[in-house]
Amino acid sequence: MDNSQAAPVLELKGVSKSFGAVVALRNADLALRAGSIHAVVGENGAGKSTLVKIMAGLYQRDTGTFEMDGAPVHFRTTAEAKDAGVAVIYQEPTLFPDLSVTENVFMGRQPVSRFGRIDKAAMRTEVVGLMERLGVRIDPGRPCEGLSIADQQIIEIAKAISLDARVLIMDEPTAALSGVEVDRLFAVARSLRDEGRALMFISHRFDEVFSLCDTVTVMRDGTYISTDAIADTSVAEIVRRMVGRDVNELFPKQAAEIGRPLLEVTGLTEPGVFSDISFTVRSGEIVALAGLVGAGRSEVARAVFGVDPYTTGSVVVDGKPLPRRKPSAAMKQGIALVPEDRRKQGLVIDATVASNITDAIRPTLTTFGLVTARRENAEAQIWARKLEVKTAALDAVAGTLSGGNQQKVVLAKWLAANPKVLIIDEPTRGIDVGTKSEVHRMMSELAGMGLAILMISSELPEVLGMADRVLVMHEGRITADIPRAEATPESVMFAATHDKEDVA
Amino acid sequence: MTTVAAPPAPGVLSRLGSLARSRETGIFLAFALVVAATTVKNPQFLFSGDGWRDLLLTPAIVAVVAIGQAVVIITRSVDLSVGSIVGLTAYLVGSLFVAVPGFPIPLVFLVGIAFGSLLGLVNGALVAFGRVPAMVITLGTLYAYRGINVVWTGSNRINASDMPRDFLALGTQQVLTIPVITILAVAILAMVGWYMANTRGGREFYAIGSDPDAAELYGLAKTKRVLIAFVASGAASGLGGVLFAARYGTINSQVGDGFELQAIGAAVIGGVAIVGGSGTVLGAVFGAYLLLTINRALPVLGIPDFWQRAVVGALIIGAIILDRVLANRQAKRLMEDRSAA
Amino acid sequence: MTTLTTGSPDTRTYAEFGRPLWRRALFNREMAIIALLLAVVVAASVMVPKFATPVTLGYLLFDVTPILLIALAMAPVMITGDIDLSVGSMVGLSSVTLGLGTQMGLSVPVAGLIALLVGALGGLVNGLLVTRIGLPALAVTIGTLALYRGIAVGLLGTTAITQFDRWWTTLVKSKIGGSGIPTVMIVFVLLLAAFAIMLHFTPFGRGVFSIGLSKDAAVFSGVDAERTRLVLFVLSGLMAALAGIYYALYYNSARGDNATGMELQVIAAVVLGGVSVFGGRGALHGVVAGVLLIGVLSKALQLVNITSDVVSIITGVLLVLSVIAGSVLSWIQAKRLRPAAPPVKTS
Repeated sequence: MDNSQAAPVLELKGVSKSFGAVVALRNADLALRAGSIHAVVGENGAGKSTLVKIMAGLYQRDTGTFEMDGAPVHFRTTAEAKDAGVAVIYQEPTLFPDLSVTENVFMGRQPVSRFGRIDKAAMRTEVVGLMERLGVRIDPGRPCEGLSIADQQIIEIAKAISLDARVLIMDEPTAALSGVEVDRLFAVARSLRDEGRALMFISHRFDEVFSLCDTVTVMRDGTYISTDAIADTSVAEIVRRMVGRDVNELFPKQAAEIGRPLLEVTGLTEPGVFSDISFTVRSGEIVALAGLVGAGRSEVARAVFGVDPYTTGSVVVDGKPLPRRKPSAAMKQGIALVPEDRRKQGLVIDATVASNITDAIRPTLTTFGLVTARRENAEAQIWARKLEVKTAALDAVAGTLSGGNQQKVVLAKWLAANPKVLIIDEPTRGIDVGTKSEVHRMMSELAGMGLAILMISSELPEVLGMADRVLVMHEGRITADIPRAEATPESVMFAATHDKEDVA
Repeated sequence: MTTVAAPPAPGVLSRLGSLARSRETGIFLAFALVVAATTVKNPQFLFSGDGWRDLLLTPAIVAVVAIGQAVVIITRSVDLSVGSIVGLTAYLVGSLFVAVPGFPIPLVFLVGIAFGSLLGLVNGALVAFGRVPAMVITLGTLYAYRGINVVWTGSNRINASDMPRDFLALGTQQVLTIPVITILAVAILAMVGWYMANTRGGREFYAIGSDPDAAELYGLAKTKRVLIAFVASGAASGLGGVLFAARYGTINSQVGDGFELQAIGAAVIGGVAIVGGSGTVLGAVFGAYLLLTINRALPVLGIPDFWQRAVVGALIIGAIILDRVLANRQAKRLMEDRSAA
Repeated sequence: MTTLTTGSPDTRTYAEFGRPLWRRALFNREMAIIALLLAVVVAASVMVPKFATPVTLGYLLFDVTPILLIALAMAPVMITGDIDLSVGSMVGLSSVTLGLGTQMGLSVPVAGLIALLVGALGGLVNGLLVTRIGLPALAVTIGTLALYRGIAVGLLGTTAITQFDRWWTTLVKSKIGGSGIPTVMIVFVLLLAAFAIMLHFTPFGRGVFSIGLSKDAAVFSGVDAERTRLVLFVLSGLMAALAGIYYALYYNSARGDNATGMELQVIAAVVLGGVSVFGGRGALHGVVAGVLLIGVLSKALQLVNITSDVVSIITGVLLVLSVIAGSVLSWIQAKRLRPAAPPVKTS
């Protein structure tokens, strides 16, 4: 359908937002129209979430205009945005775990009768109706604790529908969903569109964008790039605009000599999380672990490193078995893990750069069991320099660095430990394009030096460009082991969304 | 997309079932068990005028304070200053009667509650605006309020003879054998319990305690709710102070000492999770009755009452371990439901 | 790994510190509290007769010794983000254990050793409940606060044991020459040195701070957070038990209600001394200054015949002010630091 003539329900023009000296969003334009699903695409750090948060009332824009139905608006709180009919569904749903599904849908705006008494029967009836309409079976009276991400998202959508939101913003809602769940979500989204609501959809999956949306806006490095009708553009064109250069240049994995196995995982199982995981990573090899968010990839990595438990199976590093649940032993035997959540797990974000860089090697920096700031600084100096960390001083707090520099600090910390096996979870999430290619070059170089690298990544171009071999996980199991030559977006995505029997 | 039948609304039977399984029922049964065991040993414990009265009356003041404490804990805070507020208010009430012998009794209640609320407001404002953990703030005010009390009181003491007879009578009066103070506590329980379960404001306390960040995204007025919770706790402690004066008639500078422990203990034993978001004020009141009745039962059962505090401690620890076990079990069950679906 | 190249060879040297030494040394929370302590000492010496005498100094130190001992262990516990409210009760339980032991005819060292074991056991119970079962430290130690006190009171009732070996009570009350400094301060100074080295100069100590700032990140760096926290709870119980032995010998009295409420004084002093209630920051010299500040204030006020309870008002108000000042300071710091973050380079 052609909606381009209709006046936009929500329109942003020339909107910018900075945090201190960091420009998160520059001169963004966006127009959402009734009866349309509008995709916003861009790499991590492109400014999409900042845009969403401005529309949600969490951030206030620095410059630009923000209009709804042609009238200027200025949301200072999420409540104001909600009142104006803007509902946001975040990637990670934010529900109250102790409260019932019904209460979560209505919190803060429950229907009340006399004496301010909440009309629980009316609430329940409406939620039952909503669930029926969404085609799901969730007990309205159960607590939200323990619900799957997909079900939690359904509750967020139910919330938005019951709010009668005119603008529904979905921030990567499919990241953690299985194929069936995505289909269900899309059916709901289309019916909402047909009711005349304006939808905005953020996703990294182009097939979804092209099957669901009618308009697409591209962003890069905090800047608005373009808006087109889906019919007038192509995946290749969108990708080119997103990365600003050819994809091939970005992923320079060089051939390295593949040597002896350094990491051998056999039959690793933790009920309910992953099962029967077996793979080998050899010296000089980069093996990618692909799959959807929630497939259990990070959990496997954490179990191998010893942060998480596993019930059966074994991990062998360079011929020597590794005890379970003992990260310090894993480190001693030469495993390094660069975790997924840099700010919470990779770094002690409120500690200094020097302290972070020496976190993994501190026991080796002691004299008679004592460690001094001088020793730490000397060591930090070496590694900060090697990785060209951009920081004013070594005692700067890690949290004040940019995302890319934070990732360099994490890498410095682990390279300092001189590992044999490097497990790296989402190596370039949320860092700028320049640092990104630096990280990729570094990984390639490390493999060349004989490290075994296990890379977990949700970005297909990264997986296809960097890996010698792609392992794909689906619902806790490895469903495919694809050599570099045979790896295509289609083969990886198919394995990521299907059971092993279907793949084989 | 297949349409599915809506799950049936909870029927009478399932409601009865969940009532039987609730924490409140469990605590009440434990309470009944203690009373029964003690009565078997000494029938006077229940079947005598004094026994019956003490059973209902003694825990009532702590129960009132525990109601306020429960609201604060549900909001994911804690109020350690309640004992000091009880003490300070009790002395204020006594001093009022000393200064103005004919002071009207209803007004005394109002003054006590207002004064308690004011002290609670100080706590709430410091916690809500200072963005500092409630535990530290109220630890500070526990000291400060008690210190003010001691400086003001000195080695003074207010005796029963300083207060009007009608006021003191409230402490022991009974209506249909039920002590007036107990009736008052039940009335407050009904009011607060209804509010917490059935109003937007009440549910927001739970929401904030369950996930403060989500509460922010929902646009709930967190600062306001935290303030109200502390004012409520202060008001309940203020009332507790007035009731203490009426019940015991003697007020020195140490009135209410240790109440914070009993109130927190009562709430925790009654199923109010210390991390916020769940539990009921009814549970807290049952917790108070269980705690104080055990204390009274010990000597009857032949255990020296010096062991009271040890029992309190063991109960608190037992309750939080039980909570964790139950929570783990429920999480597991919900997970299984999910994979079965 | 030394051949790793990232773009152009870089020979830059990073400054080790963002601020010059004198600014780092002078402008921090610990120095603020030390300055306040000195100011109060000077003011008290000038205004309060008999304050600046060896006798007063001696009593002052005798009074604060148990708090100093407990604070040494409480500080690291709080730096990991935990708390131990049961220490006051453990002082009581330990002194009762010592009393009962000597009453049964054991010598003070043997009974003391048993008391220390009781302390370690009590700390172990706290630590296991917190780390193995995963219960919040606040809730657990509120429970054991009642439990340990209850056991102490239950064991002795209202009686007191006041017959301790004269040799030991005299030793505990003795002073070093004519200086007025109690002999027990030697023990304290040795323990202070041990705790300071553990906390500030060992990988274990760095782990303590990491856990407080971010438990996840600490675990991902190979810090055994559970074990560290368990060890600290055991140390806390041990130090409280040691304070209990001192308490019983110094006052020549073992009672169930010894040191009631001492946990509050210890926590107030530790927070006052600059340990963040959120965990992750603090230093022992600040903690010692915090304890002494409260001690000096109460001694000075006592000498001018102001009831010691004014001190509890002052302690409470200081505690509230110091946490609020802390959160205001970190807010200002966050505001000042954020613009200093390097802009995201988009090459």
